[in-house]
Amino acid sequence: MDVLFHNVRELVERAEQEGKLISEIMIEQEMLITGRTREEIIQQMDNNLTVMEEAIERGLNGVKSVTGLTGGDAVLLQNYIAQGNSLSGDLLLDAVSKAVATNEVNAAMGTICATPTAGSAGVVPGTLFAVKNKLNPTREQMIRYLFTSGAFGFVVANNASISGAAGGCQAEVGSAAGMAAAAIVEMAGGTPQQCSEAFAITLKNMLGLVCDPVAGLVEVPCVKRNAMGAANSLVAADMALAGVTSRIPCDEVIGAMYRIGQSMSPNLKETARGGLAATPTGKAISKAIFDNGNLESIKSLQK
Amino acid sequence: MKFTSVFDIIGPVMIGPSSSHTAGAARIGRVARDLFGRQPKWAKIHLYGSFAETYKGHGTDVALIGGLLNYDTFDERIKTAFADAEKAGLDYEFIPETANMEHPNTARLVIGDDEGEMSVVGISIGGGKIEVSEVNGFKLRLTGGMPAILVVHDDRAGCIANVANCLAMHAVNIGHMEVSRIERGLTALMVIEVDQNIEEKVLQQISLIPHISKVSKINN
Repeated sequence: MDVLFHNVRELVERAEQEGKLISEIMIEQEMLITGRTREEIIQQMDNNLTVMEEAIERGLNGVKSVTGLTGGDAVLLQNYIAQGNSLSGDLLLDAVSKAVATNEVNAAMGTICATPTAGSAGVVPGTLFAVKNKLNPTREQMIRYLFTSGAFGFVVANNASISGAAGGCQAEVGSAAGMAAAAIVEMAGGTPQQCSEAFAITLKNMLGLVCDPVAGLVEVPCVKRNAMGAANSLVAADMALAGVTSRIPCDEVIGAMYRIGQSMSPNLKETARGGLAATPTGKAISKAIFDNGNLESIKSLQK
Repeated sequence: MKFTSVFDIIGPVMIGPSSSHTAGAARIGRVARDLFGRQPKWAKIHLYGSFAETYKGHGTDVALIGGLLNYDTFDERIKTAFADAEKAGLDYEFIPETANMEHPNTARLVIGDDEGEMSVVGISIGGGKIEVSEVNGFKLRLTGGMPAILVVHDDRAGCIANVANCLAMHAVNIGHMEVSRIERGLTALMVIEVDQNIEEKVLQQISLIPHISKVSKINN
């Protein structure tokens, strides 16, 4: 199949040579591959953006998962921001709370848009709707944010993996955070090369992250991993915009992520057999859910 | 290239909590139903790897049943799929397996009714994207992203050309095609991915070709 880019280097080169945004290259490739019109493609992404916005709104109003393990943290964070004493900055915490909001809705079996997966669905929309308040983008620019994210995710999915079962959490939240970082840079007016630097810096700092969900549920630690993925991506975007570069090229970081995933024990790849899932509390929660079906005993564990 | 569209990455819109274990599972169930051609009355679902370990927590079970009931990834009814299955007369059983499969998220669905049965192996490769790796013992690689025709036929000369001719007459363009057989000279399976939706009359005509025993389509 003919594609416009196979890796980040080709993506950046094409964008810089043609004087285009990365989002534009992604839209052009989608038109080329699917034969659909630009309008159809933009419309579908617009719909996805609406789903993301609705999920954040729902999460910020407070949700609880079926098990009661997660939910309500997005509200706590928004209340804390409103007090005006945040140490890490309002924009960063806003992104964190909106990432958490999305994943709390996901854990509650609500409607979300996978970016690139459901377990990592908070990072891209969380950062987008936080950065929005600072950069005041148009709707079109917000849609472009998703195409830029998608372009990097496309490379990772085809050259490495976006599956926790295949590559650990680094492949899910790691990829999502890198995608968000690149999209933030483009929205803030950075160059395609700076997008690539932001992606590389982010993913480098999430390499080796395992997928160890307690009881196999996309709740603990997934919700908070999305929070930190969002924070990581904002910091990396700022670093790239400041002119900091990655000594290891972006595609090589993606290659390293793939090989780390392959050498990771299956116990740490979404089987709920290792890591946090195998801690005494992790096992107790799992037992309470599946052996007894007793949600009250989970609540007592959390106290 | 496994992932071809930006909407494989930014998407699907779905009911949580897991793209591979919930949305992918719903899609596997739905493809199995499409291949079977109607809603089955019973389903024995074997789960492997991460599917076997975590299917309850991820709602993989309700999503697979939802798929068999023809629910899409974003259909809110996935949450009530067990109760809906009972109303729809679909019996089901989940069998977690310990065998290691090539991909960690694999499900083998054996589905059927009074008229017949079918075995489908689906794998969820991440982000909600799936592949079908086996149908009734035939190995194949079907990505589930394009409309496709499956033809079970006698393994003899001319069959493939006859089917291709029939598609050509209806101006259906073939994007990808695979033929596999369990044993030489017996039954074979043709998998034909096409660029557009296939009309019912095309399938009917194919089924009338000599030595063709079964025709089904998916993803229309």
